[in-house]
Amino acid sequence: MDYFLQQVVNGLQLGFVYALIALGYTMVYGIVRLINFAHGDVFMVGAFIGLYAIEGARLPLAAVFLLAICGCALLAVAMERIAYRPLRNAPRIASLITAIGVSLFLEYFTSLRQVFGPNFYPFPRPFAISAWEFRNFAITNIQAIIFTVTLCCLVLLQFVVRKTRLGRAMRAVSHDHVTAGLMGVNVDLTISVTFGLGAALAGVGGVLYGFAYPQVNTFMGVMPGLKAFTAAVLGGIGSIPGAVLGGLIMGQSETLTSAYLSSTYRDGIAFLILILVLLLRPTGILGTQRTEKV
Amino acid sequence: MKKAAIVAALALVLWGCKAPPAREIKIGLITPLTGDVKTYGESVRNAFEIAVDEANKAGGVAGMKIVPIVVDDRNDPTEASNAANLLINQYKVRAIVGSVTSKAAIPVSDMAQSGKIPTLTPTATNPKVTVADAKRKDFMFRSCFIDPFQGKVMAKFARESLIKDKAAVLYDASNDYSKGIAEYFADAFRLMGGTVVAYESYGKDDVDFSALLTKVKASGPEVLFLPDYYNKVGLIARQAREKGINATLIGPDGWDSPDLVKVAGDAIEGGYFSNHYSADDTRPEVVAWVKKYRDKFGQTPDALGTLAYDGTNLMLEAIRRANSDDPLKIREALASIKGFKGVTGESAMDANGNAVKSAVILQITGGRQKFVKEVSP
Amino acid sequence: MGMKALLGLARFMAPFAAAAAAGTVLSSAGAVNMYWVQIFQLACITAVSALGLNVIYGFTGLFSLGHAAFYGIGAYGAALLMKTGGGESQAFFLASLLAGGAGAALIAWLVGLSTLRLTSDYLGIATLGFGIIMKVVFDNADAFLPQLGGARGMTGIPKMTGVAWAVMFLGAFLFAARNLVHSSYGRALVAIREDEVAAGAAGIDTFRYKLAGFVVGCSFAGVAGGLYAHLYAFLHPSNFDFFKSVDVLMIVVLGGLGNMSGTLVASFGWIFLLEGLRVALPPDYIELRWVLIPVLLVVTMLRRPQGLFGIREFRFLRDASE
Repeated sequence: MDYFLQQVVNGLQLGFVYALIALGYTMVYGIVRLINFAHGDVFMVGAFIGLYAIEGARLPLAAVFLLAICGCALLAVAMERIAYRPLRNAPRIASLITAIGVSLFLEYFTSLRQVFGPNFYPFPRPFAISAWEFRNFAITNIQAIIFTVTLCCLVLLQFVVRKTRLGRAMRAVSHDHVTAGLMGVNVDLTISVTFGLGAALAGVGGVLYGFAYPQVNTFMGVMPGLKAFTAAVLGGIGSIPGAVLGGLIMGQSETLTSAYLSSTYRDGIAFLILILVLLLRPTGILGTQRTEKV
Repeated sequence: MKKAAIVAALALVLWGCKAPPAREIKIGLITPLTGDVKTYGESVRNAFEIAVDEANKAGGVAGMKIVPIVVDDRNDPTEASNAANLLINQYKVRAIVGSVTSKAAIPVSDMAQSGKIPTLTPTATNPKVTVADAKRKDFMFRSCFIDPFQGKVMAKFARESLIKDKAAVLYDASNDYSKGIAEYFADAFRLMGGTVVAYESYGKDDVDFSALLTKVKASGPEVLFLPDYYNKVGLIARQAREKGINATLIGPDGWDSPDLVKVAGDAIEGGYFSNHYSADDTRPEVVAWVKKYRDKFGQTPDALGTLAYDGTNLMLEAIRRANSDDPLKIREALASIKGFKGVTGESAMDANGNAVKSAVILQITGGRQKFVKEVSP
Repeated sequence: MGMKALLGLARFMAPFAAAAAAGTVLSSAGAVNMYWVQIFQLACITAVSALGLNVIYGFTGLFSLGHAAFYGIGAYGAALLMKTGGGESQAFFLASLLAGGAGAALIAWLVGLSTLRLTSDYLGIATLGFGIIMKVVFDNADAFLPQLGGARGMTGIPKMTGVAWAVMFLGAFLFAARNLVHSSYGRALVAIREDEVAAGAAGIDTFRYKLAGFVVGCSFAGVAGGLYAHLYAFLHPSNFDFFKSVDVLMIVVLGGLGNMSGTLVASFGWIFLLEGLRVALPPDYIELRWVLIPVLLVVTMLRRPQGLFGIREFRFLRDASE
């Protein structure tokens, strides 16, 4: 029983990290129907900003997060302006391919020695790890931070989407951006803000990830991005709670498969489970054709 | 008239006396300069550069100036094959150093064999690079250990020196270096009477090992074998200690890098690994090499860079002994090299084109590598 | 196939046969160096695979992100057959290639049966998932069949692919694609792509046609994989991962969805660009190769989001009756 509980906790940590990244994917998809392949790389930039802020500038934690949030938001807004906005009325696949191009560019450009460099850089942990031992399992302080931050982000996001004017604008644009524009919504601004919000989450995720797995590298966002994207779709793409749910499910399925079945075939089994879930719920668990979208 | 004749005669003589143009030899390097293992690729390229520059400053090899041609393979087998093809058929190199990982080196070895250009990989450890399907690719050589050797060395050390009975192995299933050594270690460990209590794998991009480590902890190992490169090992070691696993950590030469301690911190303290040499070795070649690399690139060289330096020099030595730029003669010389003294120790080439050299076992003590013992093949 | 059809095939293939003969002569005479000969063959093979994805995505509208997995199935399948039983026989080689393609088609049929009811992005995820499952299988294949090599790679594959094979297969698949597209099957596929509901209302059994389109496209990939295996003589699972599927998708979109000429041009363009930049960039700038490529990609998409070619096809790929 101990073993099982401990593995569940392990899965939660992984799941929440995926969830944080998945939120960004789902927000952008909800509003412009774009799978922003470069989102995982925005996350990577957030981690690097964290690295420089802590190690280079020795800033306090709050400033580190703030810097990561601002940096990533700026990057995403710039990406949207340069690469995605011109294609808003083009076939969707064009934006997808462009997103892939932006993603590749971020990965290879930052790996140049003059930018971030290709090495695997150790990420500093400005506080010590401590664990709370319960009777059957342990939770570390980092895990606790990840859980709390993700849940807070989820709550905050839901609040913004449901209860603020900005949120209403986002929902309007995602329903029908032409009409929303006619109704006086500043469509361009709303979309930019959405990208910025999603990226801010990725930035926070990057720093937290750096604390949990203290090593950064310019290709670090590729796999988490892919898995988070899968999680977002699994939960129902466009649904905010769905993204978190999807992330948690992916985390658990990976962890429990490793723990009880086979670590070697882990990814294969996890995706098999994913496909089975999709066959039962073809639009994702919490997704419906007309859902309250971001 | 006479004056003109004298001037003309002098001019002719001087023209005839002009030194013949220096002969050149083109040597290619295939290394991943883009992609996910760019950091290893750069180490290898830096080392190659140093070796070539040194040789050229000393007058070249066998009277020829070395013209290095560097190509990138992005750690992709198709691109590696294309790169080798380019070097052999377009640039017409006489010798090649490369590639760095086994999955890139195998297609390079096939190209080398069909193109009949002597090629040496300084770092690829899969036996299939030099001998595949019971056929020796006699134009392909390597200057590092092969997987079976390192697996056995560490298994023997764990059983006989550390006297441990229960071992757990965590390896990367998609990386042939990791997978290969893991298998050989497990086989050897079992043969020597030990039990492998856990044999688990992770994926190339994994950073969260908590599920696996919880599983490993439950199996109660005394020693944990981590056959992977320093960046992964650092993460695993840290998480292992955080999970409360107290087993001794051991591994192969992929551990060798100053970054290992940077990532792992105290977690890796007391761990043992096999290597070609020790960076703290006071032998003059080692000290000189570390200083050379530091002066030019500002970092301490890692294992791959050091192997590449020796590998390049091995190739250059073969060219010197062959005293020609004929690929066939260079191949002959390379195949029969004995007693080559490099930074990583003395080596000779065996019949399979693999280097025969001793390994050393090092322990991480106080954040530095400490020599423990030497193991001969 | 009637006499008229056979004549049509012969007439279509004639220039390809001529090109194949010329190519073989030139390369064995050493007039073109082996590097460019190999790259040319790789381009032909990539074009075949991309044509397959164009049938699946461009014509039928199925968003498949697992194309490289079928390429891999064909590659490993053909290589295994050839390595164990083929020796150097050309006839056996042809048979192995077709077997590889058939294997890919079979698996595509099974995968399609279960997943083709999903729509667009969800289908993408399902096929992506399948691709990852196959990669895991390839990585661990040596656990059940040691000759397949797993993560250590499969060696010992005879180098059977030559300029003649590559060019002839390209010709054959172009012929097949052209005829498929300009037939009633092809029109049904396009109808499904444009508006599945309307197509269904018009009496088309949409699922059956989608499945057929998927299977046909994946069989292209399977044969292409087999050709690849016998050109590079080494297979490693990393050649068949998700990112390779993305590469093929990029080529198809760049060329213009649903346009075969575009796919052909984009395949050759992509391969020659990748390798050409290697030669063109000065030695200190090698690392920029993979920075330039995505920039070119983004710029191209921004300027021509519909792809290089729109609707017009090359003469030889238009409707046979035109």
